[in-house]
Amino acid sequence: MTVLERPSQIRIPTRARVLSTLSKVWTYVLLSVILLFAVFPFLWTLAISLTDKTVVSGVSIYDFPSSLFPSKLTLNNFVDIYQKFGLGKYIVNSIIISSCTVVGTLLVASLAAYPLARLHFPFRNFILALILATLVLPSETNFIVNIITLRNLGILGTYAGVVLPVLATAFGIFVMRGAYLSIPETLLEAARIDGATELQIWWRVMLPLSVPSITALAIFTLVGSWNDYFWPSLALITNENLHPLAVAMLKLKGQFNYDPFNVAAGAMIMMLPVLVVFLAAQRYFMRGLDGAVKG
Amino acid sequence: MNRTRSYLTAYVMLLPALLLMGIFTLYPVLYSVYLSFTQYTALELGAGKPPVWNGLENFRVVFSDPLYQTGVLNSLKYLLVVPVLQLVSLSVAVLVNQKLAGIAFFRAGYYIPVITSISLAAVMWEWVYAKDGLINATLQAVGLLERSSAFSWLLNENTALWAIMLVTFWQGFGYYMVLYLAGLQSISTELEEAARLDGASRVQIFWRITVPLMRPTLLVCSLLSTLAALRVLQEIMVFTGGGPLNSTYTALFYVYSKAFQNFDYGQAAAAGMGVALVGFLLSGLNFRLTRENYREGK
Repeated sequence: MTVLERPSQIRIPTRARVLSTLSKVWTYVLLSVILLFAVFPFLWTLAISLTDKTVVSGVSIYDFPSSLFPSKLTLNNFVDIYQKFGLGKYIVNSIIISSCTVVGTLLVASLAAYPLARLHFPFRNFILALILATLVLPSETNFIVNIITLRNLGILGTYAGVVLPVLATAFGIFVMRGAYLSIPETLLEAARIDGATELQIWWRVMLPLSVPSITALAIFTLVGSWNDYFWPSLALITNENLHPLAVAMLKLKGQFNYDPFNVAAGAMIMMLPVLVVFLAAQRYFMRGLDGAVKG
Repeated sequence: MNRTRSYLTAYVMLLPALLLMGIFTLYPVLYSVYLSFTQYTALELGAGKPPVWNGLENFRVVFSDPLYQTGVLNSLKYLLVVPVLQLVSLSVAVLVNQKLAGIAFFRAGYYIPVITSISLAAVMWEWVYAKDGLINATLQAVGLLERSSAFSWLLNENTALWAIMLVTFWQGFGYYMVLYLAGLQSISTELEEAARLDGASRVQIFWRITVPLMRPTLLVCSLLSTLAALRVLQEIMVFTGGGPLNSTYTALFYVYSKAFQNFDYGQAAAAGMGVALVGFLLSGLNFRLTRENYREGK
């Protein structure tokens, strides 16, 4: 019998398989524990936001474990917070600020990157170095000067005041420059021979061929702008009516301290669009924009 | 002729970026330095008067202010999050760098805190840290905490800063994991496999092979993380406002308070210069440490 003759050859693979299964189980346990650490605040907040708070005995978010596993679900908290807090206004503000920031960033970066990547002109390297320098210069106190500047320009407390200072970033310019650098020179030459101007080449050749980088930059800017708390809270310090959701969230928390169910619903409303964008465009985040920057 | 026109096109295309960067990124850096040597408060600003030169006065006032010293110390304390964050992020990157079913799901899950606004994090984590919150309830359930001695983690001066550091960790590990993952995928796996065949354990492979090979990425990430930790401000604004008993008062929170609560822009700028200086020193130190390790490794 072959089995008895060569037992080791049969046993060793089996043992190895058991071991590798064990190590796989252990790996998944570890992976799940870390996942739980990453998402437990969301799961809890989601549970709170769906909890029916109108039951007779009264509910508290600190009743464990019922707070984690609500017995009666409802969407009333979402309706409640939308009406009582006037959430619509802040949603509109967030949409206006984020979309202006995305469009502006794309325009500024994609325009500036073209000459930096493909044209020869005096001071090109100096300008490149200057843009790169903005990454390492101490910027701790820039927000103070920028608020003074906005005030002097008369746009403190306006949408323009929030958006304009964040449009031109070294990051955006270098992402677009990387994309342009990877486009073959022959395409540009062919277009020039056909009599295209540089602006036409930018619009008709460079931009269509850079869609992946443009998408990546747009998504990063969108999420960053939607989430940003610090800068809008300063630039709109004089005009609460224009606050985006991220800033309004803390006001919401203060105002509805007695009703955490409503606060949780508001938090979920703010998180939902980010989650949708993230899940749809995961690969851009997971690659750390490395490919786009390297070009 | 043609060349001049091409120059013109180049400059026109660069104009919006240069204008915006000049006004909102470069000018503030230079103007902050100037402001730090002047008397400039809301009074001067409101009256439309220019800043008045006062030499090193702001620096004298700020550097001898015990609150600023507390702030700098707290910011330095905050740096303790960096080594933990970097080591865990790299380990998690190694963990998710395996070909396993559903691994993309875990990676995505780890990234969700990264795309969470700090104001949302504040809402959620305050419940977690509350006196009757999730952490204390869990501790009580496993018998590590008496109900009578429960306290709010954010309202206790011994725990508040650590509690905020944990949120920084929570929001950061997915971000650095992605950076390390990119690094891991660019290094060769031959050495690792050879070591495994020679019977090296996972831990040995991590310390002796992965870490040395990942040194360039480690340098970049720890530098980013160090500067971010030193400049911690948003977290303080949304969680504690510097309290309790100034235990979470950081250096940049001092800068912010000087500018937007005391309306003294000159002193705020001087305080900011101090933070910038510490940042420069730490960058240099970070660079040196990593280089020396490299030599030792050889």
